[in-house]
Amino acid sequence: MSLALTEQAEVAEAEAAHHSARQRMVWRRRLLPAAGIAATLGLWAFLIVVLEVPSFIAPSPIAVANTLVAKWNILFTNLVPTAIQAIVGFLIGNAAAIVIATVFVHRKTTEEAFFPVVVLINTIPVVAKAPILVLLLGNGMEPKIAIAALICFFPTLVNMVRGLESVNPQAMELMRVLSASEREIFFKLRLRNSLPYLFSALKIAASTAVIGSIVGEWIGSTVGIGALIIQSTYNFDSAMLYATVIVGSAFSVLFFAVIVAIERLVVRWQPPSPV
Amino acid sequence: MSAAVECRGVTVRFVTDRRTVTALRDVAMAVEEGGFLSLLGPSGCGKSTLLRVVADLVAPSAGDVSVFGMSPAAAREARMLGFVFQDAALLPWRTSLQNVELPLEVGGRRALPSGAPTPRELLKLVGLEGWENSFPHELSGGMRQRVSIARALLGGPRLLLMDEPFGALDEITRDRLNEELRRLWQETGTTILFVTHSVYEAIYLGEQVLVLAANPGRNAALVNVDLPRTRDLAMRETPKFISIVSHLRDALGRTH
Repeated sequence: MSLALTEQAEVAEAEAAHHSARQRMVWRRRLLPAAGIAATLGLWAFLIVVLEVPSFIAPSPIAVANTLVAKWNILFTNLVPTAIQAIVGFLIGNAAAIVIATVFVHRKTTEEAFFPVVVLINTIPVVAKAPILVLLLGNGMEPKIAIAALICFFPTLVNMVRGLESVNPQAMELMRVLSASEREIFFKLRLRNSLPYLFSALKIAASTAVIGSIVGEWIGSTVGIGALIIQSTYNFDSAMLYATVIVGSAFSVLFFAVIVAIERLVVRWQPPSPV
Repeated sequence: MSAAVECRGVTVRFVTDRRTVTALRDVAMAVEEGGFLSLLGPSGCGKSTLLRVVADLVAPSAGDVSVFGMSPAAAREARMLGFVFQDAALLPWRTSLQNVELPLEVGGRRALPSGAPTPRELLKLVGLEGWENSFPHELSGGMRQRVSIARALLGGPRLLLMDEPFGALDEITRDRLNEELRRLWQETGTTILFVTHSVYEAIYLGEQVLVLAANPGRNAALVNVDLPRTRDLAMRETPKFISIVSHLRDALGRTH
């Protein structure tokens, strides 16, 4: 009896130790990034003061924080068009990539004929695509949406084709034994199989779509985060420039987080990842 | 009894850029209805290919194949075949129960024949009651293979094709599944074609063992397993079993 009791106590002790170790890990994960960010901000403020950097070259973090609060209205008004273009571009670019990947997988000829074209278009740098699209689509939101869409398109296409094709060969044979149609194979097997691949592309696309939208605004635009960046640079308003960049990045992070949340809802069958 | 599967002069060639492989040459095979035939041979002897010819997954370059008097394609269309793969080939986003139900959803949404066991009953039959809502990654290798056997049994196929289904499992699990497969075979009366490279498994399970030789795959020997219908694992130590083992080892040895 005492032996069983001893073992019970040992197990309880081991569990308690494991639990507190876990708890420490959780806090480490929360505190270390926060400490890292705080240290970077501190170093930044320190260098600005010690090196006597003039405020039109680089602002102190306090000046940036003040601007964020004081100019919040202007910043937010300019974020709205940038965000709309990024989201619409994201939706169009990825939807097109998914549709074209589906066609490529089912009609190999189209892939062989058009994949080189896609690669060629992808090699054009964004800054070169922007003026071309402004000429084609005018000065409104359209060219910015087009740039955001184009920038999302390629990674999603490549990942989606891989996801649709890399099905377990035995699962494919199973479908054939069951006399499944191409359509059934697509919906029951390929599409589900591609979801993890799709989401890794969407996570990249969430941040690049915002970049595309901003770069589009550099050329002949009066509103948006991109326009604000150009304006504050010309005005030597470094605090405003930094505040604008921070607002743009914050939106990117938020967009990314939304995609991650959707991924968790949709791709639930994978074993809990170690990260 | 009538023949469930009959193959005559089956030859399969795979042509690639580098060389042409003759996987099977002039192979003959027959299984009577309700029989249990083990296909035994070294790797590369084409035993999996022969199974795939019967399942209409590989088209033979020459020869005749009939499954219950039909072409393999017609038998497949009529859902007379169940196939169990080496890796359970479960869809990872489906639970055990949903995996077993898959055959009802594809191939034109077929209803379960009346009187046939339901997916839940089949999971119970393979000993997985209570695991219906688990995902494949939550199951052990042996349990995954049980799910895939339940899936293959859905709709009461007349022929079960098994491609080294226990090859990746540990010996203890393998022994247990061998016992259960024998029991399943006796309970369901399904004809079984079982590919393996284990001499013991081939004898323990089969009523007959067809030995194939490699390079190219061809018939080497057909051995009747003269053991009682109801078998247990201890039977593997009996003199009769051991004499069949040595007989098969001879046949395998001659194939090199």
